[in-house]
Amino acid sequence: MNLDSLLPNLGEWLRGTGPESDVVVSTRVRLARNLADLPFATRATAAHKAEVITRAKEALAKSDTQHKLEYTDIPSMAVLDRQFLVERQLISRELAGGLDGPRGVAFDPTETASVMVNEEDHLRLQVLRSGFALDEAWQDIDRLDDALEQRLSYAFHTQFGYLTACPTNVGTGMRASVMLHLPALGLTKQIDKVFRALQKINLAVRGLHGEGSRAFGDLYQISNHVTLGKNEAKILGEIREVIVTILQYERQARNAIVKERRQAEHDRVARAIGTLGSATMITAEETMELLSAVRLGIHLHLLDSIPVTAVNQLFIHTQSAHLQKLAGHTLDGEERNSARAKYLKAKLRELGSHK
Amino acid sequence: MKCLRCPKQATYHITEVLPEDRFEEVHLCEDCAKKYLVEPHKKAAPGKATDVPEPAEEVFAGPTCESCGLSYLEFRNHGRFGCAHDYDAFKGELLPLLESIHGDVRHVGKTPRRLPRTQGEQVELATLRRRLQQLVTEENYEEAARVRDRIKELEAS
Repeated sequence: MNLDSLLPNLGEWLRGTGPESDVVVSTRVRLARNLADLPFATRATAAHKAEVITRAKEALAKSDTQHKLEYTDIPSMAVLDRQFLVERQLISRELAGGLDGPRGVAFDPTETASVMVNEEDHLRLQVLRSGFALDEAWQDIDRLDDALEQRLSYAFHTQFGYLTACPTNVGTGMRASVMLHLPALGLTKQIDKVFRALQKINLAVRGLHGEGSRAFGDLYQISNHVTLGKNEAKILGEIREVIVTILQYERQARNAIVKERRQAEHDRVARAIGTLGSATMITAEETMELLSAVRLGIHLHLLDSIPVTAVNQLFIHTQSAHLQKLAGHTLDGEERNSARAKYLKAKLRELGSHK
Repeated sequence: MKCLRCPKQATYHITEVLPEDRFEEVHLCEDCAKKYLVEPHKKAAPGKATDVPEPAEEVFAGPTCESCGLSYLEFRNHGRFGCAHDYDAFKGELLPLLESIHGDVRHVGKTPRRLPRTQGEQVELATLRRRLQQLVTEENYEEAARVRDRIKELEAS
């Protein structure tokens, strides 16, 4: 599969529209599923894994799914392309590089649905939606799951539900996560308070790239922890309730910033644009932090020349694999920092915002 | 940065949110992180427990799955099951573990549409048992009696 065709697109999760998109970047629901008669990843031979792929491909091809998913093998894929799919949130870092043996991913051209094959579980189904869309994402993935289940025998236990390789996923096998941009809570130092409240009700907070990643650019993923003993609707309802509360807090904090220190915030945003448009070397982390300020500036109406979609494009295109795909060849760390700065300078000039 | 538990490079950076405004950063390599993430969380421990080697566990291998050959000890060490049959092979050991992770030991969500009828009945049974528990807590004894009768009926069939 030639991935270059994806490069100009933002993908579903960065479309920048969808409900509550001033705070909620995207919604994701994933389901862990295993085949009943084959050993799980840690006990599977290459032949077992190949069998999982054969069955998954057949089920995907014959199922009448709403999204047309095309399968692609990971081991035969260039490392850069794998990283590219990680940055687009279509595969996990583990599937890209941490695992051995036959494995792959199927996804649709709109990058809404994907199925990882032979990750930690035989199948990891995922649906992404722009904005706050838990119900839509659930309905989508529920249908995809039903379609695949007609052709695959899932490992299901009457007491424990869908069986997974790790006991933390057993039951529904569902992890629903909502990615939030919370710059104002960060600026007003209330973010820790929010996270403590989340911990108490058993929701997990993670950075941009999921488990184990640090939070960059004020982006946080809130997801459920428990998968056993509550049904999907209840789990989604609990997350929804919490997100609605966090949305209110973030918006209150944004209003307070505009009311109490508009000039200072305007200055911070202008300086962020200034740095992005004039640096000659810049890291991905610094870019994310500065773009976070720009994004907030847009929502606070301190900027009118830059649309949110442009920020999303800068955000995705300045990540390391995207930069290298745009350049057409691999770049080392220093070269990437310089290519990133060059790209930002050109794009911001194009947008006419850097005067 | 080195992993807190072994000499490898730490690639997982986990922030544990502890009570009373405290946080703990845990830096682990992939292997140790996988283990860490399935360990029951020791929330209250005020001191740093992460860099202290785990107390030698009693050498108890537990049962072994006949289907994939995984022993319970291996499961505990790696945190991953070898196949679907492990859940039954290790059931006795698993129940307290699931209780500590999820606060529950019984699935109540979606079921595969292709589930055989007998299994469907078992699911209904599971749902009814939960309902019964809830009704008793709510002191709704009249409804509880009806649910109990239905459970008996299903159990007899």
